[in-house]
Amino acid sequence: MAIKPAGTLYRGKVGMWSWVLHRISGVGIFFFLLVHVLDTALVRVSPEAYNIVIESYKTPVVGLAELGLVGAILFHGLNGLRVIAIDFWSKGTKYQSAMFWIVIAVTVIAVAGFTPMHLARVFGH
Amino acid sequence: MSVTIEVPNRPRTRKQANWEKYGWLFMRVSGPLLIVLIFTHLVVNLVLGDGIKAIDFAFVAGKWADPFWQVWDLAMLWLALIHGTNGMRTIVNDYAGQVKVRRALTTTLWAVCALLILLGTLVIFTFDPCPAGASAELLASFCPAQ
Repeated sequence: MAIKPAGTLYRGKVGMWSWVLHRISGVGIFFFLLVHVLDTALVRVSPEAYNIVIESYKTPVVGLAELGLVGAILFHGLNGLRVIAIDFWSKGTKYQSAMFWIVIAVTVIAVAGFTPMHLARVFGH
Repeated sequence: MSVTIEVPNRPRTRKQANWEKYGWLFMRVSGPLLIVLIFTHLVVNLVLGDGIKAIDFAFVAGKWADPFWQVWDLAMLWLALIHGTNGMRTIVNDYAGQVKVRRALTTTLWAVCALLILLGTLVIFTFDPCPAGASAELLASFCPAQ
């Protein structure tokens, strides 16, 4: 009887979806980085120019988007450590699935802790 | 179940520098550094104090008046842009079918990367935390205009 090769490292299940998430989060962070270098460069134009643009980071819509940004950065960074462990640690492939769920858990807990504090600042006053 | 791996019919014989390997290594070296740099950046700017509410020109001036944060942000700028651009290059290589399209996208990526590294580096090192003629209420408390 043919055995389906599910559960290989990069085909199907956690291995594949973590790879997909890593790409999507990476692309998202990349485009934010381009914008963020440009908005920060406004400090060299004038205090007024920088303050006007940075105010938009404190609006409700962008404030909510920042939760997604922080979550994407946390996931991408922690999953990157998982990728390094898979590549360099002899038991990496054995525990890759467990490590993925640890990455998800830490990301969710950190974002859950950050969310009320951040939203109080964005929606407060 | 056993997996048979075919013998590669064209082993690598070229003796030039293996840039693909250096790129692969760079991602794994810069990654952990970026975790330290960016996670700290997020805690200092978004968690401590008043978080996002406190960020304005005076806040940036306060940080960049200190060489420590200048070097910190410089390292973040260079590593993040090169890491991100190389990641985008990998994705372009995977999905861009035509050689012309791939070359155009890759060239654009590295051009944008170089431009933003240059811009960011100049901004960090030519930044004046207390610019002359600026209204005093926008400046940091350590500025003489205050």
